[in-house]
Amino acid sequence: MASVPMHQGLLLAGILFALGLTGLLVRRNVVFILMSLEIMLNAAGLAFVVAGSRWGQPDGQIVFIFILTMAAAEVSVGLALVLQIYRRFKTLDVDAASEMRG
Amino acid sequence: MDAVFYIAAIVAIVSTVLAITRLNAVHALLYLIVSLLSVAVVFYVMGAPFVAALEVIVYAGAIMVLFVFVVMMLNLGKAATEMERQWQKPGMWAGPSILAAILIGEVAYLLSNPSTLAFGAAVVEPKLVAIQLFGPYLIGVELASMLLLGALVGAYHLGRRTQGKTEK
Repeated sequence: MASVPMHQGLLLAGILFALGLTGLLVRRNVVFILMSLEIMLNAAGLAFVVAGSRWGQPDGQIVFIFILTMAAAEVSVGLALVLQIYRRFKTLDVDAASEMRG
Repeated sequence: MDAVFYIAAIVAIVSTVLAITRLNAVHALLYLIVSLLSVAVVFYVMGAPFVAALEVIVYAGAIMVLFVFVVMMLNLGKAATEMERQWQKPGMWAGPSILAAILIGEVAYLLSNPSTLAFGAAVVEPKLVAIQLFGPYLIGVELASMLLLGALVGAYHLGRRTQGKTEK
């Protein structure tokens, strides 16, 4: 049972994480950036669950539950920030909010 | 069954690619929900049914509903009705519907063959997860509750309408 590698699951997690990272870098809309963050967090959780399944232990699932909690907290604060950005700048473009001239 | 895993993985990748390339936020959300559902199928096949249920309920249910609410709030105005008309076009529903139909077929197959898991993985029961979660990981649960409280207060503070004081 343990002889079968879980490469495929970890590969899927890696691909999903890379896709989320690509979306994060390419898109300029704040809502899409938050969605890409969700994809990346989900991919990280997938890697944990795959590893937990590999060893037959519940720890991977527990870490996924923590990631889920963190994602919920992050997205609620992030979406409140999106609302504030839209009220102040009347746009969802992140470049419009670069007031620090970074 | 390995084939179920591979099909769900392909659906996940395709729907994620479509999600990050859509121009319309609601279309992207539809594909993102399909992506999360397919990851839930992957979890189930990996022998983690509890986490699969959580993925559907919390991720695809609660978090995506938050996104939908915010997208709908930001689209208020004259253009909203025109946009609504565009969303109702049947062509926009075809992609997510086909991908979701594939997943439904997989779930039906899994339900008719209950003991099929990918790569010979063993099912980790929810009871075992709960015992571990409220045993050695209890401090993590407490920290998660603190984090959620902080997020609640923060989201309330950021999301309320400012009454002219900090308005630019």
